[in-house]
Amino acid sequence: MTIDEVSQPDVIDKTKLIQQLMNEYQHDFPLSSTPYADIAARLGVEELQILELLKELDTKGILSRVGAVFRPNRVGVSTLAAMAVPEHNLEHIADIISAYAAVNHNYEREHHFNLWFVVTAENAEQLQEILQDMEEKTNIRIMSLPMEKDYHIDLGFPLKLIEGGLKS
Amino acid sequence: MIDERELIAVLQQGLPLDSHPYAVIAEKINSSETEVINYIQLMREKGDIKRFGLVVRHRKLGYKSNAMVVWDIADDRVNELGQCFGQFEFVTLSYRRPRHLPDWPYNLFCMIHGQDREDVIKNLQFMIGKCDVEGVKHELLFSNRCFKQRGAMYVHSENDKNETVVSVNQKKNSQVKKKAV
Repeated sequence: MTIDEVSQPDVIDKTKLIQQLMNEYQHDFPLSSTPYADIAARLGVEELQILELLKELDTKGILSRVGAVFRPNRVGVSTLAAMAVPEHNLEHIADIISAYAAVNHNYEREHHFNLWFVVTAENAEQLQEILQDMEEKTNIRIMSLPMEKDYHIDLGFPLKLIEGGLKS
Repeated sequence: MIDERELIAVLQQGLPLDSHPYAVIAEKINSSETEVINYIQLMREKGDIKRFGLVVRHRKLGYKSNAMVVWDIADDRVNELGQCFGQFEFVTLSYRRPRHLPDWPYNLFCMIHGQDREDVIKNLQFMIGKCDVEGVKHELLFSNRCFKQRGAMYVHSENDKNETVVSVNQKKNSQVKKKAV
């Protein structure tokens, strides 16, 4: 699903609206009593249009959520975990890992270490318990690589790339 | 008074798509709209919230290819290069992580996005040139299947918690049973 598929050709305004929303509100979302109405006013549309558009983007899976990206390890703890899983067993093991509420991203990557996932917990002790539980359940050793320093300033996905995506 | 833990638990599920989303959150956590707004503002200022706004899924936006690039960087250059890598718009993460010897010599991780594999490789070459890291050992790990993607849940809701607790208990029970046998 791409943005082009969301917007019908006869509603070019919608494409433009999506673009403006994405470009302007990936950060500095209004902290006012009526943020969606404020956005609508700024973009010259009705609040309902904004709410319905966000619901649609949410249903289509383009929008993960409206909200906060927490700085890693400021709130709770997390780690990037990797496993070397025999190819024939990958889907099964991936399902076991994904079933944990503590796991958010879980990806297959092309490498000897082929399953990569992020585990979050409230504290280091709980995190350790979860990792240990995973190792026991899967019988596969986990390589845990917690973040030590973050060098990236998160401004959301950049404007230029999204525009490029819309054109293609 | 705001219970930070409760606020985070609600916030990480996303802002409600409601005319007064902060009031909806306030009601859930027994607080007031003003307190919720002020507290989010505070967390933003402190840097606990890195970004507050729409969170999109890159893959759904036509950026179907992404790769994790891992580098083996000399310890005395890792800060400088981490910052250099973090500045590109196609890079969405630049983290230092511990090496895991002997299996894993890499200490700097970046996430590179592109419309396809070629685009990702082109972006990597661009980075290598700009940051002057020709010949530095690295690997490119393209992602294939995405088994799960959602926002981080640092604080688990009651339902999540039950899920986790039950599975841990089951494991403990089965161990107990084994011992009993």
